[in-house]
Amino acid sequence: MTVSPDHGHAIEVRGLTRRFGTFTAVDAITFDVAAGEVFGFLGANGAGKTTAIRMLIGLLAPSAGSARVAGFDVSTEAEQVKRNIGYMSQRFSLYEDLTVRENITLYGGIYGLSDGAIAERMASLVERLDLGRDLDTRVKSIPLGWKQKLAFSVAVLHDPKVVFLDEPTGGVDPITRRQFWELIYATAEQGTTVFVTTHYMDEAEYCDRVSIMVDGRIAALGTPAELKARFGGETIDDVFVRLARPGAAA
Amino acid sequence: MTRADPAVTASSLGKRYGDVVALDDVTFDVRVGELFGLIGPDGAGKTSLFRLLTTVQLPDAGSARVLGLDVVKDYRAIRSRIGYMPGRFSLYPDLSVEENLRFFASVFGTTIEAGERLIAPIYSQIAPFADRRAGALSGGMKQKLALCCALVHLPELLLLDEPTTGVDAVSRREFWDLLETLRADGLTIVASTPYMDEAMRCERVALIQHGRILDIADPRTIGARFDRPLLALRSAERLRLLRALRALPDAHSVFPFGDAVHYADARADRDGSTVAAGLQRVLAEQGIRDVQVTPIEPGIEDVFMELMQRAPAATA
Repeated sequence: MTVSPDHGHAIEVRGLTRRFGTFTAVDAITFDVAAGEVFGFLGANGAGKTTAIRMLIGLLAPSAGSARVAGFDVSTEAEQVKRNIGYMSQRFSLYEDLTVRENITLYGGIYGLSDGAIAERMASLVERLDLGRDLDTRVKSIPLGWKQKLAFSVAVLHDPKVVFLDEPTGGVDPITRRQFWELIYATAEQGTTVFVTTHYMDEAEYCDRVSIMVDGRIAALGTPAELKARFGGETIDDVFVRLARPGAAA
Repeated sequence: MTRADPAVTASSLGKRYGDVVALDDVTFDVRVGELFGLIGPDGAGKTSLFRLLTTVQLPDAGSARVLGLDVVKDYRAIRSRIGYMPGRFSLYPDLSVEENLRFFASVFGTTIEAGERLIAPIYSQIAPFADRRAGALSGGMKQKLALCCALVHLPELLLLDEPTTGVDAVSRREFWDLLETLRADGLTIVASTPYMDEAMRCERVALIQHGRILDIADPRTIGARFDRPLLALRSAERLRLLRALRALPDAHSVFPFGDAVHYADARADRDGSTVAAGLQRVLAEQGIRDVQVTPIEPGIEDVFMELMQRAPAATA
């Protein structure tokens, strides 16, 4: 993919670096993500993924380099970045003691949606996720699979340009996991860029492109087919093991 | 207990928490020396089952024997003979690696040295960090330390509740390699996981969902449970392919699977290559280009999803 500074890129990262003391957690990473792309951000534990994501969502200042997300600079326009993205982490996205309706209303308010817009989004969400019966149930008593679909839907309630999903499918059953990916596809089809991390290597194959981070650097980036061809492997799991732990590969 | 007796026997075990049925009529056994897997998503009942087998909680129905002992009457004797690694990191984060290990050894009235035989191959991997606080270890290292702490008193049965959840794909492989080494050494192991690919590392697996065991089988032959033609389809236009397949009148199930889509046909008696030829034709008529269709052997995840759909309380 060619690099153009102003068109078509939802995320532009140039030499992004973060040091903690003498330790370089993220070491001059450079890549672009196109609008409407589903981008898989892979790496072993400790490779620097979380630090990179925290910089991209405007929560952590870079030590060097720059990144633009949804058209805004993460260093100088962190607040605008936050308003134009959605974020879902594995466990902490919803308030467990609030009902489904209260969570949607709360997040709608935080994102600055009008009451009318919130009501409209709520109605479409209820229909899409078949949540009618559970609207007044506390989130803690709905099944995990629904919770994750709801958390995702709340993360895109304000139609963000980019949504970040940090291990969104941990622990759910294989059917729910696939239903979740179909939600992701549907969202990307409407033009939202999806930036996702996962430990399920089969899910990496669902992404348009994936990057694999090793020791703070991006060791590989391409479509799943390209990476399998380049590094020799039948699956992304093979490629991952080869890159993340050279010598450990079976 | 003789060699022929199972290491674990569960008979119609039931457990409720208020209105929630955590376990419902769970029956299975684990042979001595076996690596046995409990495969299922969060909330399936895996942790509840471990709590009953480790005598931490009492069953509401049924009974269980662990190493020939009753989990209700003989709980004291059981506790000193099993090793248990709970799902949540359960070590002392402010103690060093070595202090944690020494603590767990002393709780069981033994020493690190006495446990050496079993823990040496694992401990050697974390020994360079012996003075580091356990809380400052990486995820994979924490798991290895927790495993050492569960083994230091030389248990006869090792129970591991989701030891690899949240751990990256490489560390997961390494952890299962360790378990295989322990099993080869004669230890009986029961491990739970939500990752279907890890099932292949077990001799037998129980598939568990909504507190019930759906099936118990050898993961290498479990595909035989899937009694329909199954095909893998690949196309550059995957979303279109998915939708076109779902719309077919004979579609039984259509799921994305890595870089392919798995299609099961409702006509159970057709053979795979006949179905493949039919699909090729229909998809070509719809203008979906360059579709590859291959009949395949079902894997454990195909079987799990099929059994889930047959079970009365289907997926959320």
